[in-house]
Parts: sequence; C-alpha cells; structure tokens
Amino acid sequence: MIRILLAGQGGQGVLSAGRFLAESGLHEGKEVSYLPAYGPEMRGGTANCSVIVAEDPIASPLCTVPDVLIALNAPSFHKFAPRVKSGGIIIVNGSVSDAYAGRDDVRVIDLPANDLAMEAGDIRSANMAALGALVAATGLVREQSIVNCLQEKFVAKPRVLDCNRRAFEAGLAAVKK
Amino acid sequence: MSKILLHGTEAICEGALRNGCRAFFGYPITPQNEVPEYMSVKMPQVGGAFVQAESEVAAINMVYGAAGAGIRAMTSSSSPGVSLKQEGISYIACARIPCVVVNIMRAGPGLGGILPAQGDYFQATKGGGHGDYHLIVLAPSSVQEACDFTYRAFDLSDRYRVPAMILADGMIGQLMEPVELPPMRNLREIPEKDWATSGHYGKDRRILNSLIIKPEDLEPHVNELQKTYDEIYANERRAETYRTEDAEIILTAYGTVARICKSAVDKLRAQGIKAGCIRPITLYPFPDDTYSACAARDCTKAFLSVELSLGQMVEDVKLAVNGKKPVYFYGRTGGNVPEEEEIERAAKEALGKAEAER
Repeated sequence: MIRILLAGQGGQGVLSAGRFLAESGLHEGKEVSYLPAYGPEMRGGTANCSVIVAEDPIASPLCTVPDVLIALNAPSFHKFAPRVKSGGIIIVNGSVSDAYAGRDDVRVIDLPANDLAMEAGDIRSANMAALGALVAATGLVREQSIVNCLQEKFVAKPRVLDCNRRAFEAGLAAVKK
Repeated sequence: MSKILLHGTEAICEGALRNGCRAFFGYPITPQNEVPEYMSVKMPQVGGAFVQAESEVAAINMVYGAAGAGIRAMTSSSSPGVSLKQEGISYIACARIPCVVVNIMRAGPGLGGILPAQGDYFQATKGGGHGDYHLIVLAPSSVQEACDFTYRAFDLSDRYRVPAMILADGMIGQLMEPVELPPMRNLREIPEKDWATSGHYGKDRRILNSLIIKPEDLEPHVNELQKTYDEIYANERRAETYRTEDAEIILTAYGTVARICKSAVDKLRAQGIKAGCIRPITLYPFPDDTYSACAARDCTKAFLSVELSLGQMVEDVKLAVNGKKPVYFYGRTGGNVPEEEEIERAAKEALGKAEAER
C-alpha cells in the first residue's frame, strides 16, 4: 500500500493529478481511494488530496503520514515535508520552491516542474510533470495507464493532450536519467 | 460489471436512481451540492422530476407530496438544512409515507463549518422532529456502501412505510472510490402501494394525513407506529465486526471513522494489544445484540466509542453493554478527523483505566 499526498495552490492541478493517479490504479485492478481537501476558491488558496493505491482493501482513506509527497509550491512543501514517512519520497516543484526539507531520512527529488511544463507547451501541465516523476521514482502504476487516462480525458482537446503528455514524459525522463 | 471511480455523493444518486427514485427535491448546501447537481443531469434522462426548491422546508414538503402519490422520492441536505426539514419529516413519519432523506453531516452546532462531523446522531436516531417517531437510519462507510445503502433504503422504507435516512459524514461526500453499480431496477417489480394517493380511477377514496385530532384515534395510530418500529428492531439490526473474537478492547465507530478505527486496530494488534472494532451499519435500529454478545465474553475488558462529536452514539453503546463492561469515549469536533495514532492512544488509555478500575 502506498499513500500519496499531493499538495499545492488551488489551480495548479493537484486534484486532477490525484484523480489521474487513482483512475490509473483502478484500471490496473488495484484498490484506490481519493480524498480531496480544498477551500471555496476556484484558484488560489490551498488544495491537497490523499491518494492511496493498494493491493488489499483500504481501511483509513487518510494520508496523515504519506509515503510520497508531491508539493507543487513552497508553502505546501514546508508544511507537509515533516509528515512524510521516514524512508519516503518528496517531489518538490523546484521552479517555485527551495528543496531543503530539513531532514535526511527521505529522498527529495528537486523537479523543475514549471520549467518542464513550459517547455512542453503549457505551464498548467506542471502537475503532469510531477506525476511523471512519481511514476519513475515509485513504479506505482504503469506509464501507459496514465497516458491512457490523459487520452480519455482530453479526447476532444488534442493540443491539451499533447502538452500534458509531453510534460508527463519530461517528468519521467528527469528522474530516470 | 467493471468498477468505476465515483464520488460518494454521485454514488448516493446512482443508488437512488437505480432503485426507482423518480423525484428529487433539493436546496444547495455544502458539502452535498454534488447530489442536486448530479440529479439535475440524471433525473431528466430517466424521465423523473428534479426540482431545486426555494428552501429546505419546501423541498421536504415536495417529497411529502410526491411520495404520497406513490413515487419513490428523495431529498438531500447537510446538517443545518436537515434541521429545517424536521417538521416535514415528522409529518411524513406520522402519515406513514416512505421516502429517503440524505444527511451529509457537517460540523455544528449552528451554521457551524463545512468539514466532516457526526453531531447529528441524536437528531437522526431519536426522531429529530416533534412527537414519537423514528427513521430507519443507515450509515455508509465507503463509496460502495453509499450506493448500496441508498438503494436498500428505498426498499426498507417502502416495506415498513417508515422514512429512511442516509447518515453520512462530509468525508463520504468528497471521497472517490471504485464502485460496482447495481443494475437498473425494473419499475414494474416494485410492489403496488395500496395506500398511495395516486388518483381516483375507480379506487376507494384514500387519505394521507398527519392531523389526527381525536385522542381515541391518535393513540392507536401511534401504537401502530411503535409496533412497526418493534418489527424493524427485530428484523433489521445490522453491524460489521472486525477482529472482535478475542479482543480485549473493542473500538466502535460508524461511517468513515470506523475505517480509521480498523487501521488503528491493525496497528494495536501489531503491538501485541488485542483490539477489535464494531461498526454499526444501521444506527436505528441500533445493533445492540452485537454489543451485548461482545460484552458477555470474558476476554473483552472495555469498549471505546470514537465519534466526530462530543459523545452521542456512546449513549446507545452504554445501553447495549448494560453495565457489563466499562464504556469510554473519544471524540473530535469542529470538522477535525482523528488520526490513527490518536485513536491508538485513546484505546491504550481506555484499556489502562479499565484495568485500574477492576
């Protein structure tokens, strides 16, 4: 069972990324849960979601001690980094945050997610770059499962699909190299 | 059929629609706005009626009318909105009209907050409005159950002619999980309602009313209601037990809190503490038989009720345990949800207290 906490600013796509992850797990026949937490704002404010992907039925859907943290901005990185399980992984958006977690028992991946997204064609796909890094670092779900979800979601928007797919692949490549 | 990923609110709607619900009346309130939103799209597709009422009071009285005409009808709200509906629910209970009311509880009292809570337990299980009556209350703890229990609520409500309530916390509303949807019910399978005010058409005159002014008429009517509640108590109590067979400390919780308790049970077991969990599925009728069975075991030393309230279900737990073993309480309010570690600590404390008192 792997517990992932995705956090950032409202509008950065943390909830969408969480849903892609949960959908991908479901398509692979795994047990999944997705629990969002956000304020009343459409953009701005804080947003986070807890995603669990497991082989067995999931009891608590909370991620108070996540195995993996994806932090898309500095405030959520500093807020949640102390909570990550010892031996866990933190993927931080290095384009807008430092990567100093103040602890050495976790693996910190400093990913320039905004830059990778801009190179892919749209800064709004930074969430997918982070998801690429997650898949490369953990092998939690197959790359193709995420790509399938993207294709399903953006079937009528080929340009959006391209940007997101390129950003996802850039995130994968950044961790694999 | 394969599973799909759904929100708890959407699962509630699917459970209703697939068991013949063809009228929905609602008024917006967080955290259940996805229910009317989903119904407004789906209800016209199945030929049903969707109305966004002008208030909660209007919505429940629309349910009164539609369900009185024999249609499977539902309304949904969250705590402050459900308080507003109580007058109508009491009328519906007295008139013996089946319907389903959904309460996605948020933190109270007052307008309170929008985050998960379980502070409406008393309101839901002890009547809620004025007069002697009860609802059949089901408490889902997963998205699958949100769908299945709503589906079942319509059958239970029709069978006993007692309104049913789905009592869920805000977490069930937001949570997304895989769900296997039940098939669409053939409406012709649903038994004929020989009391419904569905038009004269050569039938005898039928009246549904909650004004029974003569004491010699009202008392037998209320006694008949009680007879139905006794029947429901005898037939419908349900609970799930988890690792209780040899448990020293029995945690008990309903809804999503029960899932956090199950995780806590596993962690306590890993530390050598024999813990178990009872999760009531029906809150009314309360599954007291499950508790008394556990209380009678020598291995059981104490019970701990864990709630998102200041202690409501714990009173029913105490009645069920009936003084045989000590019953303790741990709760959070304001929209805060306890972590597994908090529950572990509370369980150890409860066990310590029980051993000290022996």
